[in-house]
Amino acid sequence: MTSSWTLSEADDIAELVLDCPGKRHNVLSREVLGELDQLLAILETRPFRGLVIRSGKPQGFAAGADVHEFRRILDAARAAELTRAGQMVLARLAGLPYPSVAIIHGPCLGGGLELALACSYRVACEDERTSLALPEVKLGIHPGFGGTIRLPALIGPLPALSLMIGGRGLSARKARGLGLVDACAPQRHLDAAARALLRDVPPKGRPPWYRGFLAAPLLRPYVGAFLQRRLKAKVECRHYPAPCRIVSLWTRQASFEAEALSCAELLVSPVSRNLVHMFELSEELKRRARAHAHGVRRIHVVGAGVMGADIAAWAAIKGFYVSLQDRAPEVLARAIKRAHGLIGERLKGRAAEAARDRLMPDMRGGALPKADLVIEAIIENRDAKHALFAQVEAQVPERTIIATNTSSIPLDDLAAGLSVPKRLVGLHFFNPVTKMPLIEVIGGAVSDPQALAAMRSFAVALDRLPVDVKSSPGFLVNRVLMPYLLEAVSLAEEGVALADIDAAAVDFGMPMGPIALADTVGLDICLAVAQTLSAPLDLSVPDLLARKVEAGSLGKKSGQGFYRYPRPRGPSPVRPPSDPIIAERLIMRLVNEAARCLRLGVVTDPDTVDIGLVYGTGFAPFRGGPLGYAEALGTGEVLSRLTELSERCGVRFTPDPAWSQDGVLARRPLDP
Amino acid sequence: MSGRVFIVDGARTPFLKVRDEPGPFSAADLAVMAGRALLARQPFAAEDLDEIILGCVIASADEANIARIVGLRLGTGFAVPAHTVQRNCASGLQAVASAYDRISAGRAHLVLAGGTEAMSRAPIQANMAMSRWLARMYRAKGLGPRLRSLAGLRPGHLKPVFSLLRGLRDPVVGLSMGQTAEIVAHRFGIGRLAQDAYALQSHQRAARAQADGLFKDEIEPVYGSQADYYGQDNGVRTDTDLEKLARLRPVFDRSFGNVTSGNSSQITDGAALVVLASPAAVKRWQLPVLGEIIDHAWAGVDPAQMGLGPVHATARLLAANRLALGDVHHVELNEAFSAQVLACQAAWDSLSYARDELGLEAAPGAIDEARLNPHGGAVALGHPVGATGARLVLHLARSLKDAPGALGLATLCIGGGQGGAMLIRGGDAS
Repeated sequence: MTSSWTLSEADDIAELVLDCPGKRHNVLSREVLGELDQLLAILETRPFRGLVIRSGKPQGFAAGADVHEFRRILDAARAAELTRAGQMVLARLAGLPYPSVAIIHGPCLGGGLELALACSYRVACEDERTSLALPEVKLGIHPGFGGTIRLPALIGPLPALSLMIGGRGLSARKARGLGLVDACAPQRHLDAAARALLRDVPPKGRPPWYRGFLAAPLLRPYVGAFLQRRLKAKVECRHYPAPCRIVSLWTRQASFEAEALSCAELLVSPVSRNLVHMFELSEELKRRARAHAHGVRRIHVVGAGVMGADIAAWAAIKGFYVSLQDRAPEVLARAIKRAHGLIGERLKGRAAEAARDRLMPDMRGGALPKADLVIEAIIENRDAKHALFAQVEAQVPERTIIATNTSSIPLDDLAAGLSVPKRLVGLHFFNPVTKMPLIEVIGGAVSDPQALAAMRSFAVALDRLPVDVKSSPGFLVNRVLMPYLLEAVSLAEEGVALADIDAAAVDFGMPMGPIALADTVGLDICLAVAQTLSAPLDLSVPDLLARKVEAGSLGKKSGQGFYRYPRPRGPSPVRPPSDPIIAERLIMRLVNEAARCLRLGVVTDPDTVDIGLVYGTGFAPFRGGPLGYAEALGTGEVLSRLTELSERCGVRFTPDPAWSQDGVLARRPLDP
Repeated sequence: MSGRVFIVDGARTPFLKVRDEPGPFSAADLAVMAGRALLARQPFAAEDLDEIILGCVIASADEANIARIVGLRLGTGFAVPAHTVQRNCASGLQAVASAYDRISAGRAHLVLAGGTEAMSRAPIQANMAMSRWLARMYRAKGLGPRLRSLAGLRPGHLKPVFSLLRGLRDPVVGLSMGQTAEIVAHRFGIGRLAQDAYALQSHQRAARAQADGLFKDEIEPVYGSQADYYGQDNGVRTDTDLEKLARLRPVFDRSFGNVTSGNSSQITDGAALVVLASPAAVKRWQLPVLGEIIDHAWAGVDPAQMGLGPVHATARLLAANRLALGDVHHVELNEAFSAQVLACQAAWDSLSYARDELGLEAAPGAIDEARLNPHGGAVALGHPVGATGARLVLHLARSLKDAPGALGLATLCIGGGQGGAMLIRGGDAS
């Protein structure tokens, strides 16, 4: 067995270097912690002046506990055993007879940060890649190696709880400001900074009085209750118990043991299992996509509408050289303004200037001949697109991939107009491009597999998750979402209160109700998509939607849709739980369509459906996506619910044959 | 032995008239916007350039060696060296000339050269008294000394130094550029009406050239962050006439002068760039050739009559190449001032000037008006001092592209008493 830790000593100072063999990032697996335990057992008997812990990986300090291990833990007792063992190792580290310091560079996440917290001091690298975070809540759990206790004690309860609940990352400088690290320095001075701490042995960090006093025993219950109330306004504790647990652990000054038990309990819950599954799935999709080089450096985007402008801006932010073409200079000027705004929100100073420099407005298309990738984002008109592709093909070299952002024209129809049809692929971005983490990579009948692989890799380079979808009406996300939206309109048509419809969906775990979503997207756009999809998917579009559009109620953008905008602010009135049939009708139509996509081969496996809907629409991730949810219910149950609904409400609920066919919904094992 | 040097492409921003406040783009921004469009359409990458040479007269405080900043922003990578040249009004021409020299001597094959200037962003500085006061303030330690230093602040300390105005003034003879124009106008008896008529013609020619699309290929539209965009030079006036020009008051010799803002070049922001290539580079990248640079020459004159610089530089250039002024098909003589252009014409026509100042037996004769600045000049288009020289070369090359063998001359007068001139042969004769 190769070991992950290397111990060396010089000048009475011991140094432990963590470098997990064969892995991109250090993870604190059981073995790694076990080895550390043995080393600490030796170290605590030796008369050192101090201990330095750092990572031997250039990528970063440590990415946290081993998520893959989570999957194998099935019962809470074993999970608690594991957390306890981790706590004990870190307690040993914290109890060394001499000071210790962690040198942090790159990501220092979860268990990695808890390890650093167990040291006497921390120094962090002040580059852009360094990020300190406790992101456990994103996996449905909370820190379990003493983080919920050590962090509040170090930096004060409010910042500590906010860090753990939000799971967001801190730069070295911000961490220094909060007292989370004792020093931040450029990489070249990290060693000197660590040794200076071991030489001077300043008092260990603690929060200043104005941040620490809220932890006074008399105040704690009130502060805790206040935080719980504030949290519940944002997070549904039934769906996401971890954040509420973090606050309650702090409020009752819970012991290390209580932290371990609570974490273990969460770890084996379905919520955490689903979130971990989603996380692993996305990592796996990215890993697979990255395995293929995308070969893209220069991108030419044609069409500077909102979509084209946003794609161009996002690609420039992510380091690509982008030229943006449109016929009208006014349109280009608006697009550049928008793009500069988006760049300014994300980058500062020289980095922002470089991104603006990389984004070139190009009315004459001078940059086209050198483009590695051309993205078409012009009007949804077949002839216009054909004409454009002919112009593009005449100017670009053979290796250039041509991508279309169409959402309604079949890829094969468009490819037919090309002299090399196989170079055309679909890249379906979601609006707003800068916020939506999914890209549907659309392949037609003749699309080049190499080009599709390049586009998956390109999507990951854009920090987006690629899902493979076969060209078909509505692709995956819009197709599965549409029956759900139309069912909501049908419910409204039947006289169900709008707020009840939305509340039912939110209660199920959707980020926003379907009615509010339709208003946000724009009712005219919803209607157009619904009409395009109605024939091929045999959807009937409720009249109410068309009536709204005719009346000029287009949603948020026109100030009036189903709701009136701006909507009155303030706490929504407490309402009795809505009829369970509402949520069931909404969700079952979505779930049924999801199964149909799978049966028809729009996507190849259930995981793609789930990740696509979770990333593309925010479908309750803790339920594991629509098919994960169906799996939890059981196919038999889904069938009987659909059958019952089809008898009550109509044929649109007729169960898809997928539910009774063998193997259609079977998942493939994740590991390669 | 000297190698041949070709102009293979070029681009410039529209020249943007300054409107009493800092413009939307810095000098580096302007050069980057022209340069990235220019490089995007080349078959080679920015990394393949051998060098970047830019002219810039008044760079802002964070634009030291602006050529290097522009190079890095254009994506040349670290390995492509860059330097900035300063020869006042001819800095852009000097950059092209330096690039020519480098390639001609075989030291480079592919050079991006030109100039950039954001005159609207010329720094406004603290005066020397203020600098001394600040130094004392920073040195003072303790409350007492600090208060004493503070008490030393006088209203005069707050008087700003406008680097643009200082830059347009010759410190040796103590004259502004406009005053030197008044001097040469007086010497050759060029009156107000002649100056205004010349200015009007410049606007009319520029307006026609714009309408005919003669600048379209050389201008790269630029876009700001506020949905603002600029497609062409915005100083050209289609609505001016002699009457309006006559109403303007002299700016430099306020009581008795004739040089007005209307018959002078405009204060403008802009950048102009050209790509110069050796025969080997033309072959390697299969570059289209707009024209060839034949030679360049420089001359010094009395700083108080700096406007006559082109006469002397041109005389040297033509003599060295055994050519007469009449052999040149197209002359771009920078219109710093209408008076100064007309003075050059008068000097060329003057036998005594030819004998006494140029050492010639006969007067070279004034340039045919139809061949002189046929598409307008700086009076209409503006004169971003660092960029103009490159604009002249670029426009000449574009204009002569389809006239293989035709000769073009770009020449400028230079504050401080100099003239610069460059000879170009049009078309692809490689």
